[in-house]
Amino acid sequence: MTATVRGERDTVGLAPPGPGRPWHARLLGPAAFTAIAVLALVVAPLALEPFRLGLLAKYLCYAIVALGIGLAWGQGGMLTLGQGVFFGLGGYAMGMYLKLHDAGGHLPDFMVWSGVEKLPPLWVPFGNPVFAIAFAVAGPVLLALLLGTLVFRQRVRGAYFAILTQALAAATVILLVGQQGLTGGTNGLTNFFDLFGQDLAADETQRGLYLVVAAVLGLLYLVARQLVRSRFGRLLVAIRDGEDRVRFLGYDPATVKTVTFAVSAGMAGLAGALFVPVVGIISPALLGVVPSLELVVAVAVGGRFSLAGAVLGAVVMGYAKTSFSEQFADGWLYLQGALFILVMTLAPKGLLGLAARARDLLPSRRRA
Amino acid sequence: MEAIVNQLPIGLSIGAVLLLIALGLTFTFGQMGVINMAHGEFIMAGAYTAYLLQDWAGRQAVIVALPVAFGVAGLMGLVLERAAIRHFYGRPLDTLLLTWGVSLVLQQAARDLFGAPNVQVQAPSWLQGGIGILPYNRLFIMALAIGSVVAVWAYMSRTSQGRRMRAVMQNRQLAAVMGINTGRVDQRTFFIGSGLAGIAGVALTLIGPVGPALGTYYIVDAFLVVVAGGLGQLRGAVIAAVALGLLNSYAEFWTNASLAKVIVFVAIIAFLQVRPQGLFVLRSRALT
Repeated sequence: MTATVRGERDTVGLAPPGPGRPWHARLLGPAAFTAIAVLALVVAPLALEPFRLGLLAKYLCYAIVALGIGLAWGQGGMLTLGQGVFFGLGGYAMGMYLKLHDAGGHLPDFMVWSGVEKLPPLWVPFGNPVFAIAFAVAGPVLLALLLGTLVFRQRVRGAYFAILTQALAAATVILLVGQQGLTGGTNGLTNFFDLFGQDLAADETQRGLYLVVAAVLGLLYLVARQLVRSRFGRLLVAIRDGEDRVRFLGYDPATVKTVTFAVSAGMAGLAGALFVPVVGIISPALLGVVPSLELVVAVAVGGRFSLAGAVLGAVVMGYAKTSFSEQFADGWLYLQGALFILVMTLAPKGLLGLAARARDLLPSRRRA
Repeated sequence: MEAIVNQLPIGLSIGAVLLLIALGLTFTFGQMGVINMAHGEFIMAGAYTAYLLQDWAGRQAVIVALPVAFGVAGLMGLVLERAAIRHFYGRPLDTLLLTWGVSLVLQQAARDLFGAPNVQVQAPSWLQGGIGILPYNRLFIMALAIGSVVAVWAYMSRTSQGRRMRAVMQNRQLAAVMGINTGRVDQRTFFIGSGLAGIAGVALTLIGPVGPALGTYYIVDAFLVVVAGGLGQLRGAVIAAVALGLLNSYAEFWTNASLAKVIVFVAIIAFLQVRPQGLFVLRSRALT
């Protein structure tokens, strides 16, 4: 049974390189990418009202995390249920900088409320924006490198890895909630006013932030796609489909997996750092077990075996969540639950898988 | 010194609860490779069974509920297995997401049926009080855990059904070739594993309130028990559950609740450096 599943997977995620395919098929990808880029960078900012544009920016932040999940899980087979932790590390780093900047040499407001008298040493370097942003990426990367080295070297994988990352997410939330004076506890960090001299509440600032988020997503997508198409990417897919066989060929799966995991963590960290000025809050509720899982499910809904599917899933699920919870708050959980069950049973390759199946049903020139 | 002794029954009873939950997981995760995130909601269902039974069993509800909750949670598991999970064998990570969807639905259903606020189950009067530092209710949970372990051990190693179950776990295809109806074995495994979650749920009513999210507090730790103990290993689950329960309660006592979980996590990672596949490993030549 496993053999058929593997056979099915062989072709996914491994688009054959240029030559060998007809020219119109080779141009399809770049053309679609350009069209979407124009839509996102030019049309959306002009057509959407500021509130909707802000929401889209939020979904695109999640899409950056989803891109990382698509890389680690879809291509590498590492089901990571703790991406929220990396997202949170980036978010808190950015939040700490914004808080210190707003406080202008005084203590941030929530510390005063929890009776902290002196700025904790941990906070001091985050007064520097360069350090904060660098840490937002480097922190998650280092944590993932450490965890990956410890876990993958010992050949802990599959379900074990998933459970460990989930436990990490659970532990992180409890830690953040408990350290009230250091992290703002359950409320997290919020009430930001100013980013590099720009008023964060202004529509102009938010539009600029949206453009930055969209550009970063596009850039990271290209980087990730290049990575997947490289020798490294092929090795990654090979490890997903038969780790021991790759080891017998003389490669070191642990290194490949660790590096991929670190890249996906870095993406999540950067997304967190962008998320904070866009949405204006980072709190434990945004990075626990549930939000981490929700993103994985979004990737599954979009189509985990393709990076574009991961991005699509995050945007679609973000949009669905907003529009459904606006109308019936309780119904969303039923709907979300039902959606997972349906997607996992009927369309394990997600929306993109469905689209591909629909295309195969149409009469094509190739077959004629 | 006194604190160390005082903390002992708390740690042991947390360990006992984890053991009850992990016993169920040993069946579904260990034997069948299914990561059932809805296991936590089967616990919740067991706890609410005890709550509902109070109406006619009064304060003895907890005792009456033990077999009933086993049946209720077991049936829920059976339905889940038949309706969905059986299509997913060989894809453990997909079952995780699937069953998480189920768990969301069940939690929301509990919220709609019983209301979001927590409810209390009255413990039988003969479980109040205790001997010295050992409260009766925690002793009862430990006894329940020990009883369940003995029952599971006897079932697995002394009955023909248990033997078939182990055969399917060790090599599904070969077991099928030998004439074992693997589908029926799967159903039975899932029924028992989920039923044990129901019993764990009843036990939890003795030490805290019952709410729709009851299962989520324990499920991650219970999975860690299975990871540390070794897949499908009864001995491993017992040792790991007790160790994790004690570590949890002492770490909470010496530092604070927010650091305790981090300490437990680091301890598990460190432990996996020494024993990557858990305490006990089933040797096999199967390649992944």
